[in-house]
Amino acid sequence: MTESMIVRVRYFASVREALGAGDSLSLARDATVGAVRDALIALSPGHAQALGRGRAVRMALNQALCDESATVPDGSELAFFPPVTGG
Amino acid sequence: MGHERVSVQSGDFDVSTELAALRRDDGGVGAVVSFVGTVRDLGHGDTVTAMELEHYPGMTEKSIDAMIDEAFRRFELRAARVIHRVGVLQPLDQIVLVAVTSAHRGQAFQACEFLMDYLKTQAPFWKKEHSAGGAHWVDARVADDQALARWGLGTQGNANS
Repeated sequence: MTESMIVRVRYFASVREALGAGDSLSLARDATVGAVRDALIALSPGHAQALGRGRAVRMALNQALCDESATVPDGSELAFFPPVTGG
Repeated sequence: MGHERVSVQSGDFDVSTELAALRRDDGGVGAVVSFVGTVRDLGHGDTVTAMELEHYPGMTEKSIDAMIDEAFRRFELRAARVIHRVGVLQPLDQIVLVAVTSAHRGQAFQACEFLMDYLKTQAPFWKKEHSAGGAHWVDARVADDQALARWGLGTQGNANS
């Protein structure tokens, strides 16, 4: 049996408005960011809409920008948000 | 160098006070360059009544701190300061201050512009414009990504194409 891990997911800006502040997921160890995104998309039609691959969604793993190929360590914080618009 | 480098705050800032603190007791400074971003009163042809700024606490400070480290590697800087406001702002309000000191102006101008280009495309802030017609999230601009590309840096594909 594969070991599992907990990933804490946070949302910001328009993604937060659509999905709330965040989710907590239990996943197989060594999942990639892309695999976490797939698992989130499967949670609800709202998730599929907000996090679908056609959307401009950026990701940060433990508070550093990342892409979908990054491996997610156990206990990580993973964030999804639209392109940034500060300054 | 006793001054704080990064502040993310709801309150306003005083540029003169910040610049004085940045070059205090440093006789090696020959140039101080600063940029102040402010809230425009027009967006999408509609009068803006308020601008709301959301951020990612923790990541915001870390990412700005990392970009200042990068500016120190690239340019001959003596000090740098970034202040970014969050929360609800009004038209004409100050949003952001980037200030740097250097021995000479060339490095200071470049470093200030580098820091702003980086901040626009990499730091986790999001603007929401409020107007009589409702509220909407501001779209990222392709021009901002292109500005960062000048420095030979990738953008994580920030802008909506």
